[in-house]
Amino acid sequence: MSEAEIKNLEVQFDAKIARDEKIEPKDWMPEKYRKTHIRQISQHAHSEIVGMLPEGNWITRAPSLRRKVALLAKVQDEAGHGLYLYSACETLGITREQLYEDLHSGKAKYSSIFNYPTMTWADMGAIGWLVDGAAIINQVPLCSTSFGPYARAMVRVCKEESFHQRQGYEIMLSLCNGSEEQKEMAQDALNRWWWPSLMMLGPTDAASTHTEQSMKWKLKRKTNDELRQQFIDQTVPQAELLGLTIPDPDLKWNDEKGSYDFGEIDWDEFWQVVKGHGPMNKKRLDDRRNAWNNGAWVREAATAYAAKQKLKKEETAQAV
Amino acid sequence: MKPIKELNPQFLESTENKKHLIDYLLGVADNYLILGQRLGELCGHGPNLEPDIALTNISLDMLGQVRSFYQYIAQLRGDKSTEDDIAFLRKEREYKNVLLVEQPNTDFGYVIVRQFFFDVYNRMFLGALQQSADETLRALAFKGIKEASYHERFSGDWLKRLGDGTEESKTRVQQAVNDLWIYTDELFHTTNADDAMIAAGVAPDMLQLKEYYYEKVGELLSTATLEIPEVEYFQKGGKEGLHSEHMGYILTEMQYMQRAYPDSKW
Repeated sequence: MSEAEIKNLEVQFDAKIARDEKIEPKDWMPEKYRKTHIRQISQHAHSEIVGMLPEGNWITRAPSLRRKVALLAKVQDEAGHGLYLYSACETLGITREQLYEDLHSGKAKYSSIFNYPTMTWADMGAIGWLVDGAAIINQVPLCSTSFGPYARAMVRVCKEESFHQRQGYEIMLSLCNGSEEQKEMAQDALNRWWWPSLMMLGPTDAASTHTEQSMKWKLKRKTNDELRQQFIDQTVPQAELLGLTIPDPDLKWNDEKGSYDFGEIDWDEFWQVVKGHGPMNKKRLDDRRNAWNNGAWVREAATAYAAKQKLKKEETAQAV
Repeated sequence: MKPIKELNPQFLESTENKKHLIDYLLGVADNYLILGQRLGELCGHGPNLEPDIALTNISLDMLGQVRSFYQYIAQLRGDKSTEDDIAFLRKEREYKNVLLVEQPNTDFGYVIVRQFFFDVYNRMFLGALQQSADETLRALAFKGIKEASYHERFSGDWLKRLGDGTEESKTRVQQAVNDLWIYTDELFHTTNADDAMIAAGVAPDMLQLKEYYYEKVGELLSTATLEIPEVEYFQKGGKEGLHSEHMGYILTEMQYMQRAYPDSKW
């Protein structure tokens, strides 16, 4: 294809996105669009399956049968999200095995929030309330993103996430209505998850490298700082309702701008965890690698069995 | 389905009958609890996403069943006990599950074989329980049978894949079959409470289905190109509260919150 032809395709492509039409896997797309989407969708899929681990950590210790069932179902939903997101990513011409390999080698990233430990039961509440809350703010705009398979996967993901968030908040509410010890557990969880949740919305706009291009492709509709402000404004009243204190002495309502002012985020900590040196980075990746490596013989068996069955069918068909 | 016997309306007025019924129900439900707990350990660590999701589903079904049974027990007790008291606040010797379900998740082969040995039994059991003289049990059996057939299909299919897959998978899964076979006989062991409930038509007499069980299991093992182990001695004891050393650790983990924060609402 000549350069002029490619240029022409690009113009048509951009116009299509501007008209809010979806890009489908078989449509022509610029290489950079394909690569960016593989990166983002796979990162999202990895976050779902690595995200199963911190909450999975409490399934066997959930304090009641009702909570155990709800937690199992939630973690299972995350596996489901991983599944549709990997499938959406595969439509861009990459295999699930390759995606896993990139996760296991450390080449691909996942949300840093999952590199913190879940120490108490209250963390199940805080994760649902704050982490899923921040995820929803990040993800709702993606329901109308330009790449069709991603947008459609996100519609389903968002519905389930908002259910998870309510479930998490409800865990917090039970703790806050409980004994002094339970309330302390809830406050401690909020203290530990608050700042990492703010970091989930990404680096500040000044430090964010992908924003402009992502806006054009509707991978983003608002900047990281706007999303963070939205999250804080929405979450502070919820904390008040629980009777919990947000661990930020600089947090206060600003009448003039109609939103909360908040304290400085520790970006050194953010980059430390992103670069792989958070408290649980090694454990999370080890768990994923172990699950994959220990399952190799199972996957090989399934493939070998399927091949044998196919051969048998063909032989029977020939005999007939 | 119609009950094989009508239950005498005064049946539960006898303290002894009620105690037997409760013990019988615990013997059934504790299997679901402990197996559900074991499967819960695996969530997020499966060999691939699809079997991970499927095993979590089975765990959820087990826990769903257990809740219905424990709620029924709580109702029979007529005191203030709840499903959670029954699940979390008993001592080791008071759990009546079979030894099979407490065996560890050694590898995916053990998980599948343990599941298959249980699933074949469970589906037959729920099938027969649909004719119980007890109305609640008939309803629970009716509700559970569909999912139980799905479980049996899932574990049976995987057993075939692992048995007739690669050399490695065959060796591994055969090992699991050999190690877990000794726990199958206990599924048909009856306690005094079980015998009383069989006599009353509340419980199906599973002994009558034992031959059929081994026939079915043997059939699938042979399709999976696996050997049926030749075993002289079987293990039993779980139904009488005599458990393996694994049980204490399962309970330590499962009961942690209830023991550390007594009388709390979650």
